[in-house]
Amino acid sequence: MPETTKKLPLGQQLIYQAMLLFITFTVMFPILWIVGMSLDARDIARPKELFPPEISLQAYLRVLGQPTANPVTFIQLAMNSLLLAGGVAFCAVLIGVSAAYVFSRFKFYGREYLMLGVITVLMVPAIATIAPLFVLLNSINIPIGSGFNLRNSLWGVGLAMISGALPFSIWNLKGYLDTIPKDLEEAAIIDGASFNQVFIYIILPLSRPALAVTFFLGFLTGWTEFALSWQFLTKPENFTLAMALWNMTGQYSGDTPWSAFAAMAIMLSLPVAIVYLFLQQHIVGGLTVGGVK
Amino acid sequence: MAAGNMSSQKPSAFQDWWQKTSQTRFIYMYLFPAFFVMTMITFYPLFYQVWMSLTDYGVKNLKGTPPNFVGLDNYWYIFGGGLAAKLPNFNFWRLLGFNLFWTFSNVIVHVVAGVLIAVLLNVEGLWAKGIYRTLFVLPMVIPSLVIAVVWRNMFDPNFGAINVALASLGGLVGMAPEMFQIRWMEQINPPFPGIPLPLSFFAVLIANIWLGWPFMTIVATGALQSIPKDLYEAASMDGATSVQQFWGITVPMIRPAMIPATMLGLIMTFNQFNVIFFISNGGPLRQTEILVTIAFRLVNEQRLYGVAAAFSILIFFILLGLTLATNRITKATESYDA
Repeated sequence: MPETTKKLPLGQQLIYQAMLLFITFTVMFPILWIVGMSLDARDIARPKELFPPEISLQAYLRVLGQPTANPVTFIQLAMNSLLLAGGVAFCAVLIGVSAAYVFSRFKFYGREYLMLGVITVLMVPAIATIAPLFVLLNSINIPIGSGFNLRNSLWGVGLAMISGALPFSIWNLKGYLDTIPKDLEEAAIIDGASFNQVFIYIILPLSRPALAVTFFLGFLTGWTEFALSWQFLTKPENFTLAMALWNMTGQYSGDTPWSAFAAMAIMLSLPVAIVYLFLQQHIVGGLTVGGVK
Repeated sequence: MAAGNMSSQKPSAFQDWWQKTSQTRFIYMYLFPAFFVMTMITFYPLFYQVWMSLTDYGVKNLKGTPPNFVGLDNYWYIFGGGLAAKLPNFNFWRLLGFNLFWTFSNVIVHVVAGVLIAVLLNVEGLWAKGIYRTLFVLPMVIPSLVIAVVWRNMFDPNFGAINVALASLGGLVGMAPEMFQIRWMEQINPPFPGIPLPLSFFAVLIANIWLGWPFMTIVATGALQSIPKDLYEAASMDGATSVQQFWGITVPMIRPAMIPATMLGLIMTFNQFNVIFFISNGGPLRQTEILVTIAFRLVNEQRLYGVAAAFSILIFFILLGLTLATNRITKATESYDA
């Protein structure tokens, strides 16, 4: 049945489309709710309808300047979030894939214990490690300029985030590498390739979909991370978009500039959606299909 | 001359050893970066936390004064119910039971829905595949903080989208809109007799299902795309139905990717802070509170860092037990399949 030029029978196509449209509806409902709120010219706390009667871009313009009372521009906030999320995802994938490969392919002394260590750390929720990370990073001070405190910097937050992202990266990549057939590697070893060559020329290209997915998920986590940065950073120039978003929600819902908040939420979400679309090209599956034949 | 040739062909003991250990060196070289980073920023803080849990660490100690050693007092305080004096309605065992139920009810739905939707999206010749795949990632793309606030608003009894939608649906069959002023977060009596769960549980469940399945779909899609097409071609040539192909090819092939994802999902749901904290805030009467929201309250509201550390250690051991149990279950089913 599944051939390369396969066409889906129309009846089946329509049933599938109906199912997918229903799922799309459930997914889109809350999102349209935010979009509606962000475009609402009335700026009310609880819009009764999905689409506001009057549309304006006021809220977006307000947010693009200085979104919060803190003296920090939208661009600065976005750069901080980008550096944090990108840096954390890159480090986690780079460090993670080599460990994942070794865990997936080799038997060696201590393997079980190290794997157990990775899983163990995976289980520790971020909120449960804030206190020790805070205390320890806070104790690292470098006396340059007005003094550099590791905790109160993007570097410190980044380190703390890698601590959480790396175990996930190793675990997720190992799961994927386990699904790649070993035939190619064995053939390459017989042909005299070194382990490094196998890793660079066979494993990395074959695991591109997983690398892209893992990088993306790591980026997403970093981009939407809130608790650590909120706890660690006190200088407004280091703040991230997620923190600014939280700054915009007042203690009582009456205080919240709902339309601006919704506009901020959308602008925070858009870049990640774009990154995903960009990476989707790399998430081309079936790379092993041609290789093993 | 001949002797010189001989010696250059025969490797020295060192060369021999160097050759033999090349794989070992490779392994530890590739492990080192991850090992080093995790030792410094993950394991060390965790051991530090163990020490903190045995002390009365508080705000005053952040400035550098060492805290007092109090032994296991913090743990007895949590188990013995002494903590209920600070947090009304706190009961450790009830909290744990709810947390476990919350975890499993969510993850089962996430995995089943996630895989089925991924399979549906992988059907060849399906229209608008790319559009659906893009749209379905949206719940993950939006920060859970935002999602939580939006869902909380949607559950508003008077103006929330859920009640408004239900009222208009009910209006079609002649039901009065007053019947749909459902107090999702405040109603204390369980909506279903015999099931001791408040309505707010179902509200956070709905929100978290919305949030959770796309991750499973992404992972399953990645695995589905690496299944060689030949397998399906061969199976259908042998007369296997699509259901047989699903259980015989798809499930075993995506299993290696789904098992880590599921275990991760269990852990993430067990610690799903944002949904609980921002939507139901643990209410009513702490009935939807989970361990991490309590851990957060201990730090943020009570500033009992020592007790919070002890509580985090307890969370850790509970999760360890949970992981070992699920690991054993998946291993057991694996040998059964083979």
